[in-house]
Amino acid sequence: MKFDTPATSNPIDQLKVVGRPTTRIEGPLKTTGRAPYAYERHDVAPNQAYGHVLGAGIGKGRVVSMETDAARAAPGVIAIVTTLDMAQLPKGKMNTAFLFGGAEIQHYHQAIAVVVAESFEQARDAAGLIRVEYARGEGRFDLTAARPQAKPVDADGKQASAEEADERVGDFEGAFARAEVTLDESYTTPDESHAMMEPHATIAAWDGGKLTIWTSTQMVAWWRRDLAITLGLKPEDVRVDSPYIGGGFGGKLFLRADAVMAALGARAAGRPVKLALARPQVANNTTHRPATIQRIRIGAGRDGRITAIAHESLSGDLPDGQPETAVSQTKLLYAGANRLIAMRLAELDLPEGNSMRAPGEAPGMMALEVAMDEMAERLGLDPVEFRILNDTQVDPSDPSRPFSQRQLIRCLREGAERFGWAQRNASPGRQRNGRWLTGLGMAAGFRNNLVVKSGARVRLGTDGMVTVETDMTDIGTGSYTIIAQTAAEMMGVGLDRVRVRLGDSDFPVSAGSGGQFGGNSSTAGVYAACVKLREAVAQRLGFNAADASFSDGEVRAGNRRVKLEEAAAAQELVAEDRIEFGDLSKRFQQSTFAGHFVEVAVDAFTGEVRVRRMLAVCAAGRILNPISARSQVIGAMTMGVGAALMEELAVDKRHGFFVNHDLAGYEVPVHADIPQQEVVFLDETDPVSSPMKAKGVGELGLCGVGAAVANAIYNATGVRVRDYPVTLDKLLEGLPDIV
Amino acid sequence: MRPFTYERVRTPSEAAAAAQRPGARFIAGGTNLLDLMKLQIEAPTHLVDVNHLGLDRIEETGEGGLRIGALVRNTDLAADARVRRDYAVLSRALLAGASGQLRNKATTAGNLLQRTRCPYFYDTAQPCNKRQPGSGCAAIGGITRQLAVIGSSDACIATHPSDMAVAMRALDAIVETIDGEGGERRIPIAEFHRLPGDTPHLDTTLRSGEFITAVTLPAPVGGRHFYRKVRDRASYAFALVSVAAIVQPDGSGRVALGGVAHRPWRVEAAEGELPRGARAAMVAILDGARPTHENAFKLRLAERTLAGVLDEARS
Ligand SMILES: Cc1cc2nc3c(=O)[nH]c(=O)nc-3n(C[C@H](O)[C@H](O)[C@H](O)COP(=O)(O)OP(=O)(O)OC[C@H]3O[C@@H](n4cnc5c(N)ncnc54)[C@H](O)[C@@H]3O)c2cc1C
Ligand code: SF4
Repeated sequence: MKFDTPATSNPIDQLKVVGRPTTRIEGPLKTTGRAPYAYERHDVAPNQAYGHVLGAGIGKGRVVSMETDAARAAPGVIAIVTTLDMAQLPKGKMNTAFLFGGAEIQHYHQAIAVVVAESFEQARDAAGLIRVEYARGEGRFDLTAARPQAKPVDADGKQASAEEADERVGDFEGAFARAEVTLDESYTTPDESHAMMEPHATIAAWDGGKLTIWTSTQMVAWWRRDLAITLGLKPEDVRVDSPYIGGGFGGKLFLRADAVMAALGARAAGRPVKLALARPQVANNTTHRPATIQRIRIGAGRDGRITAIAHESLSGDLPDGQPETAVSQTKLLYAGANRLIAMRLAELDLPEGNSMRAPGEAPGMMALEVAMDEMAERLGLDPVEFRILNDTQVDPSDPSRPFSQRQLIRCLREGAERFGWAQRNASPGRQRNGRWLTGLGMAAGFRNNLVVKSGARVRLGTDGMVTVETDMTDIGTGSYTIIAQTAAEMMGVGLDRVRVRLGDSDFPVSAGSGGQFGGNSSTAGVYAACVKLREAVAQRLGFNAADASFSDGEVRAGNRRVKLEEAAAAQELVAEDRIEFGDLSKRFQQSTFAGHFVEVAVDAFTGEVRVRRMLAVCAAGRILNPISARSQVIGAMTMGVGAALMEELAVDKRHGFFVNHDLAGYEVPVHADIPQQEVVFLDETDPVSSPMKAKGVGELGLCGVGAAVANAIYNATGVRVRDYPVTLDKLLEGLPDIV
Repeated sequence: MRPFTYERVRTPSEAAAAAQRPGARFIAGGTNLLDLMKLQIEAPTHLVDVNHLGLDRIEETGEGGLRIGALVRNTDLAADARVRRDYAVLSRALLAGASGQLRNKATTAGNLLQRTRCPYFYDTAQPCNKRQPGSGCAAIGGITRQLAVIGSSDACIATHPSDMAVAMRALDAIVETIDGEGGERRIPIAEFHRLPGDTPHLDTTLRSGEFITAVTLPAPVGGRHFYRKVRDRASYAFALVSVAAIVQPDGSGRVALGGVAHRPWRVEAAEGELPRGARAAMVAILDGARPTHENAFKLRLAERTLAGVLDEARS
């Protein structure tokens, strides 16, 4: 199905199932431990052996030699494959770092061997017996120091001259120089780790030249293709199965070493091999959100209208890598006739930087929305009013492109009202309650809505059950449930008549889970397949498809009613289709919006920050399932608190690695850090986005939260911190002298 | 994890005797030792399980204090009515540490002997004098935000991570031991943990194979008890700085600090400054500090944390 004109009314609009608060259909399996995650697929292949991956102990250089005799002689060891056994393996289309093979070390904890043994403990013990001699190379590990060599990159991340790469509208420099009120500040965000609960894990089994992996991936089709490329196989000889995923946050978008090493280990051992990356390897072997150094300049008239806005961002990555697109929201969020957007990318020899939940906007909003807070103060305007004053209903660089929907003003107004924003004391550092300094902060929330083609197959079985098959993944987001809701609505049955099977590369290729495009795109693909199945049902039952309605388990037209299952009584009906998106995303700007409000208390003695209340008001199209959407947003708000207050991969700039590479050292919020969280969804449908009229919401909930926290801390203390995370050491000097 | 043999002993002297075997280690709750074994930071060849010795009781001493068996779990110690009444600083320190599940397993002796949380100690690809004597110290010149500001050496700048030990230091606890020959010692807590010097692989003055049987607390000293632990998140993290304080109505008192040194940090001679306020006291307590650029804030933080405690003590 081609989606190239805005949706009109369709069966989803009935909202008998879609849009209703629905608990997860696979929830009981998960809460009772019966949903098998990758490492637990004991039944899929007999005689599984255990693998352990050895990571490089240097950040840059070469492996000179590897002494494996002791490891091979260790108890239980079946096979060892080292990086010197083979040339550098080709890398998949989506990979920046090479995953295995050859002597070259690109980054710390790059996989250099897999040890396969009868038990996990034996494999790990033997891996510790391998002696590696390295020739250390000169690495570039410091983003600030690499700045002079950084190259301009365009919006697609391609290197170009500054003239080509930088996006200019009007005359930024002139307008900024003439502006009555200006701001020119730098902000930094650190490297961050996905720190998902389930580490990367794979079981691999060979059957002749065919390989199956049971793994944990967000993108089944990408993994299949890239694993085939890496191992020199045909894609059709690789099967990927990933029905349950214990979190990804972008860290499982792209093929990782767990799959490659399990496959190589299994080939060497002649047995299926299971392995998981050790926790430190999640930080240093896989990917992370790259650090940024951002400069923001804003010029405005005394009336508060922005006349000039510039956002420049520097980030680093391995050669052939990508920038963190921290500037992207600044192209669209606020009006202003004169604009400059620029990105610079430096080569670094740290582990690969890549997507983490809301890449671009997450760190970009952390900077932009603090800058807006600072600018509002300079203008003497309320931060909410300043944002509303500079709202735009069209793409500021191309006014012929309207937003498909843009209810930012309502998000802000409603948020301010509900949160009691009017009670905020605009002068910072004035609210003291015992040992606590309290303050309120807010930020706009913004994340673009992406749409990606997505396929599905739907079966009406002889038992009357509707079964959906797609390689879509559920990374904890609720895909199973919204897909079931979609099929139930379309086929006019209850959720108890729908089965959903996900994450298998034998199923039609879907959008996958990423960039908050998965929910809307994959359900739209299911919608398309269901339209076909309805046609097949109508035909078999002798209805005219255009007249037939599907509800309460029946197909009806005029005064004729037939039970749906009769269509398949003799033989199962199968339909497959995919949704493909036309140029609507070019003609309209599709984005999602929020207002984030936060109250904090800061210990006047120690600078410890405690978030006391949080509110997000979101406008993100039709909400397919208010329960799972809310879960997504409160999870994102929690992640935003982490980014604001504590998350930082500490870079050892001498040796080139992330030092705090476990969950004791890389702190994410614990329950005690998270207060009352409230989420409100505005009633909205967006017919431009898809037949579902939905948009993404899982990343929106993060974008802006960090800045709202930082702004609240400023309001509480009068200390403006522009370098995340806002840890207490950055506040101490500015706190009242009460010793 | 290296292969190891395992035995259970029934008496403290059997434990001490069993530990004479080369490569032997005691295992109590295992919450620290097993983690270190998995990472091959510790590689004992023989484990002596000391969980079944009946050392899990808290008894009153003839001097009006308490004798805490070495195997008393952190949860039970924190909840003991006598501890809560007379040694509240200890109860609070325990509850500020780790998590409920860990405290259910963790023991009094094991807590005293937990090893540092220096991140380089945990990465066996990095040199570390504490893990591998003579290999060097990767932390010096590296990421040091969590590490020591005082009492450190050119060989090691790690901190001791225990909260419980800081309270015990303020309470003048005594560690009771027995060795393989049956010899007994009573080690004042002030002499139990070491400074790193040029032998940072030695955390304590315990001799090889020496077994802790109990920790005794002298008679209660009264006063108001505080344990303020400051960290980057609200729970489940090690201290950046912690302050154990016992403040008397006349403003005198005792202060011990966690998170600043290779051992719980207490300077008795400086405590005379307490009535003059946090700044005066902390200048004396942290005299001779050698912080790094990254952790110099701990000096100011310690002062302000103590100020908060004294403020509360006055209220
Ligand atoms: C995730 C996590 C978070 C933590 N957070 C904190 C925190 O915030 N604050 C804090 O203070 N601690 C914290 N801890 C540490 C915890 O307190 C210790 O792991 C625990 O107290 C150790 O006690 P155990 O009985 O399990 O020791 P074990 O692991 O059994 O033993 C530790 C050491 O003591 C030796 N040993 C044990 N008993 C004896 C004995 N009777 N005589 C001689 N030697 C003995 C062992 O041989 C071993 O070397 C944390 C631990 C973890 C895993
Ligand atoms: S500070 Fe001590 S524990 Fe840390 S690396 Fe140096 S020697 Fe090892």
